[in-house]
Amino acid sequence: MHVLELLTTVPGIWVWVGALLTLAIFSFLFGDNPLYKVAEHLYVGVSVGYMITIYYWNFFKPDLIDPLFRGGQFIVIIPALLGLCYFAIFIQKLSWAVRIPMGFVLGWGAGVAVPAMLQSYIIRQIQGSLLAPEMLASWDTIVWGIVSFLGVITTVVYFFFSREQKGALKVVANIGIIYIMVGFGASFGYTVMARVSLLIGRLQFLLRDWLGVIS
Amino acid sequence: MMAVVLAVLVLVALPAAPDEVRAVDTPNDDGGSITVMWTLSADDAALSAYEVVRVAEDGDEEVVAVLPAGVSRCVDEGMPDGRAFRYRVNAVLGDTLRATSALSEPAVSRAQWFNTRRVNVLVALLLFGALILYFIGTARKGKKLFIRRIAGLDAVEEAVGRATEMGRPILYVPGLAAISQISTIASLNILSEIAKKTATYASDLLVPNRDPIVYTVASEMVKEAYAEVGRPDVFRKESVFFVSEDQFAFAAAVNGIMVREKPATICLIGMFWAESLILAETGATTGAIQIAGTDQISQLPFFVTACDYTLIGEELYAASAYLARDPLLLGSLKGQDWGKLVILLILVVGSGLLLVSGVKGLEFFRAIYEFFSVA
Repeated sequence: MHVLELLTTVPGIWVWVGALLTLAIFSFLFGDNPLYKVAEHLYVGVSVGYMITIYYWNFFKPDLIDPLFRGGQFIVIIPALLGLCYFAIFIQKLSWAVRIPMGFVLGWGAGVAVPAMLQSYIIRQIQGSLLAPEMLASWDTIVWGIVSFLGVITTVVYFFFSREQKGALKVVANIGIIYIMVGFGASFGYTVMARVSLLIGRLQFLLRDWLGVIS
Repeated sequence: MMAVVLAVLVLVALPAAPDEVRAVDTPNDDGGSITVMWTLSADDAALSAYEVVRVAEDGDEEVVAVLPAGVSRCVDEGMPDGRAFRYRVNAVLGDTLRATSALSEPAVSRAQWFNTRRVNVLVALLLFGALILYFIGTARKGKKLFIRRIAGLDAVEEAVGRATEMGRPILYVPGLAAISQISTIASLNILSEIAKKTATYASDLLVPNRDPIVYTVASEMVKEAYAEVGRPDVFRKESVFFVSEDQFAFAAAVNGIMVREKPATICLIGMFWAESLILAETGATTGAIQIAGTDQISQLPFFVTACDYTLIGEELYAASAYLARDPLLLGSLKGQDWGKLVILLILVVGSGLLLVSGVKGLEFFRAIYEFFSVA
């Protein structure tokens, strides 16, 4: 029987492995130590090996080997050659070839991203920031409409790089940075809450799955 | 006799059929769909449903949709392009009584080359594109384009000097994203400039990478930077290295590097995700000067909290242009600045006009709001 198969027959063996590795990573809170080093090196090594397997089974085999050798789709040779060009970086005389797939990826990426970005980050945002007559319906919508409108204007001014921030421009830009920091504060709190939930998940694993002290 | 009576009773009980059934190729799509519209049955309120029936050229019929009363439109999707279909709509009363409409004129599904509902995107693309191309052209002609100093950049020179004095390396993490990300490209431009400084001072530079392609590009750029300042002999190939593609394995390894190598300066510049605070906090505990920069809005608060200097959003691109002094980057940044002015103008003037659209007789200004609707 294979060693890994044998290990899976031992009840809870992987829970123990997971728990000890979790504790080894947590030990970093007390500074660098041999336990952390073991966990770190194991993590990096396993992740690289795992990624190679994932790439082979999820991309290389279904997108290249199977269509080429089983489906007779010779068109996949083109992206395969483009992919091979990346390895040209290791051959001095052929290193120029790496620019071909990079150009392709960047060109494709820009072509797809630019209209989508314009649509979602500029056009929709402009529409959402415009002061509309519906905003005049009640005093609170008037106040919040003006607050957000000023926020947009001052924040955009902060990111204006063609003029030195002096005088009135500095005042407006400083208001903009206050808006940005308020936004960061809210985002910080929100994200920390999400991270705490990740910690709770790990503690649940240790206390429930490993030690069994909570249900 | 009985059969005649039953037939009359059924006819009397039948609801009014939907009228004016029209089928047209769905506009602004990539084909494969036909839109069917009809006038509601006069007995709509009493109906249990409308059945939309597709009739092929050979007479084959298929119910493609069953819709509740009150609905007068249906998009029939997933059909072959170039074939004609006609449609009929049944008004259904109860479970069995159906009043059938006349067949529509045939409709053929086709893909459209242009989505007319995104004309605004085209206008914006042309406007911003023209501005950027104009300023790139201006920069290439040699005209000096002013870009204001950015706080985080002042620290770069100081940070390299500090590393040299302390005899410790500079750790530069070019983000975790692929080469196609704009922030990664901006980060690599900054890396190139920092590499020139470390080459000049003969300081150690460490560049761990998560993406294999970014690794190859970063390695090449650092090597070129060392050659450019006439110090190819100082370049160590192993100073730029690949770690792991796994996000947290990469973070764990970089944390290890921070506490073991004790770099004098840590640059976290590029695209970061959930590992941002892990890296920035660990870096802060080592006492290194930390310069961060990202356009990931959700990660910026962590960098602002834990790092000495942070390039916020577009400052990252500006920094890249400022340091590289490349006409392409400078012109692009300048073009974007003018784009921002256009946006400010639209916001101020547009808001004013939109507010007065509430006044009787000036409703046409509402079109400003509609122009920015994106389908």
